[in-house]
Amino acid sequence: MTKAAPQRTTIDDAEVARFSALSREWWNPAGKFRVLHKFNPVRLAYIRDHVCSHFGHSPQSSKPFEGLRILDIGCGGGLIAEPMARLGAEVVAADASRTNIEVAKIHAEESGVPVDYRETTAEALAEAGEQFDIVLNLEVVEHVADVNLFMEACCAMVKPGGLMFVATINRTPKAFALAIVGAEYVLGWLPKGTHSWDKFVTPAELDEALAGNGMHRIDQTGVFYNVLMDQWRPARDMDVNYMILAAKPA
Amino acid sequence: MTDKSIRQAHADPGKVHDVVIVGGGPAGLALALALHMAPGVEVDVAVVERGNGEPPNDPRGWAIAEGPRRVLDAVGAWVDVATRSGEVREMVISDTPLGDAVRPSLLNLGGTDNEHDPVAWIVPAGALHGALLMRARETGIAVHTGTSVTGFEQAGAYASLATASGGFIKARLVVAADGVRSPLRSMAGIRTVGWDYGQTGIVTTVSHQFPHEGRAFQHFLPGGPFALLPLPGNRSSVVWTEESGKAKRLLALDDLSFMAEFALRAGPELGDFALEGPRGGFPLNLLIARKFAVQRLALIGDAAHRVHPLAGQGLNLGLKDVAALAEIIVDSLRLGIDPGAVTQLEQYERWRRFDVFQMAVATDGINRLFSPDIAPLRVLRDIGMGLVDRSGLLKTWILREAAGVTGSAPKLVQGLPL
Repeated sequence: MTKAAPQRTTIDDAEVARFSALSREWWNPAGKFRVLHKFNPVRLAYIRDHVCSHFGHSPQSSKPFEGLRILDIGCGGGLIAEPMARLGAEVVAADASRTNIEVAKIHAEESGVPVDYRETTAEALAEAGEQFDIVLNLEVVEHVADVNLFMEACCAMVKPGGLMFVATINRTPKAFALAIVGAEYVLGWLPKGTHSWDKFVTPAELDEALAGNGMHRIDQTGVFYNVLMDQWRPARDMDVNYMILAAKPA
Repeated sequence: MTDKSIRQAHADPGKVHDVVIVGGGPAGLALALALHMAPGVEVDVAVVERGNGEPPNDPRGWAIAEGPRRVLDAVGAWVDVATRSGEVREMVISDTPLGDAVRPSLLNLGGTDNEHDPVAWIVPAGALHGALLMRARETGIAVHTGTSVTGFEQAGAYASLATASGGFIKARLVVAADGVRSPLRSMAGIRTVGWDYGQTGIVTTVSHQFPHEGRAFQHFLPGGPFALLPLPGNRSSVVWTEESGKAKRLLALDDLSFMAEFALRAGPELGDFALEGPRGGFPLNLLIARKFAVQRLALIGDAAHRVHPLAGQGLNLGLKDVAALAEIIVDSLRLGIDPGAVTQLEQYERWRRFDVFQMAVATDGINRLFSPDIAPLRVLRDIGMGLVDRSGLLKTWILREAAGVTGSAPKLVQGLPL
């Protein structure tokens, strides 16, 4: 592994420095993205366990995703993409933000983890005919302009027999209280304005979008934050954070 | 005892290990083995040891409870150790000034949990260390002996250890298992809390006229607790606490005078005694690291904590650290998460700190309560111990606690695979 600055022709040195600083911020477990770092194990365990049982791989292995092609759409700094690659998957990670992609590339290079990062959108990837065993659609639908269009593109990229994971926030009064007032204003976990309540998506809306695109929900779980343990745990309550697993018939 | 499978070569400078353990003592080796043997996961683990990799001539005996024993069993080291260990079936605790001829026993622990299981085992330190080293060689774990670590630096995706020979060893997670004075802990700027007890633990092995029948004796004497812990045959391991100045004088005595002093304290139950091994003195202190983990570094064993030996919890705590940290590392790797991320290591700290703190407070309190030879205090503690002895529930709890099987114990402590 080399520590040399990545060679890029399209961006200047000042930008590389800015991206490096941002990369350290994304990956600083005690920093601005602490909540995502804390949240990560529960999401990863959910993904791993369901992928292993669906594809018949061993969850005990450190490379259970070998042979699987995964798309991480809206990958941010690569907090999910890197673990997926470490577990042995071939990972394409996309984000519409050039900053996020550069930041993620710098970190992956530093850690020596192979991830194919692309500055692009779900629609453009679908258009290009990309196909994946698994599409990870995590904390994205609440940020996109048109949920139905976005879901259509994501579903189109799932191979027959493949899976899609959707994680998002429900549109309930409780979600307003906890995810916006609590997380952004009281605890200061997220920058103010990170989320807007009217863009939150209900499980029923996702079910409908999935069904309209040839997929169906096979599992769902709530994810709840235990304040005393400072830990996220799977829960039956889907009023705030939740995850849905959908399958495409083979 | 040179063995080519202990690799002496320095690590490839470009390589980043998953885990590098600094310190090849019992805790460090047990962790390396637990990680190496974890089912399904390939953990790239190496051990860096300052010494030559031979088990030191250590006169101590370790008390090992059932939970931590399972950790040794899981790493394949128990089979060898078992035959050389004594089984404790009963703990006889007394509290009597030196002059008294008769020592009424205050508390008999044993028989309340499971009649057939020993309460604990007494393991000679050298035998345990040797068994772990042999397992490390058998399994092909890289042990870099004769390697001193001179620097610890966090470098983003990994930590870098500088060695005295000018090399660097890199790992996503570095584990400090380098003992109570842990140089690595200092390099990482982790401070400690604690104090000296002003006491020294005199340790040795004795043989005796009568069989111990699995009894461990603990006499709370004015100088500090005095323990005889059963070994195979008519032999017992000795932990004899005295004020440090006095301990120094006792250690300087010739064997005959030393054994005369010993006989004064040992009580009549086991008959005549003879010295069976070298004597050693270990200054006693309480020490707890303020943090058990920071980004890319975790502390285990004596590097994280040292408690008073009166409850025989030193190695037990260390092996529980091993079980907890191994589980968190393996769980992280199975999720593709960086095992050196502080968010993962915080779980280790949260898991272990309460247990360690509780044991530190308990042993510190008992030592303070028992050491001064003041009559009213003796009456109070006699009543206290008598109450414990009569209360079956409390006794069961103490035994289970002593066996290390209460609470949300790590998998290896529960006897489950990782």
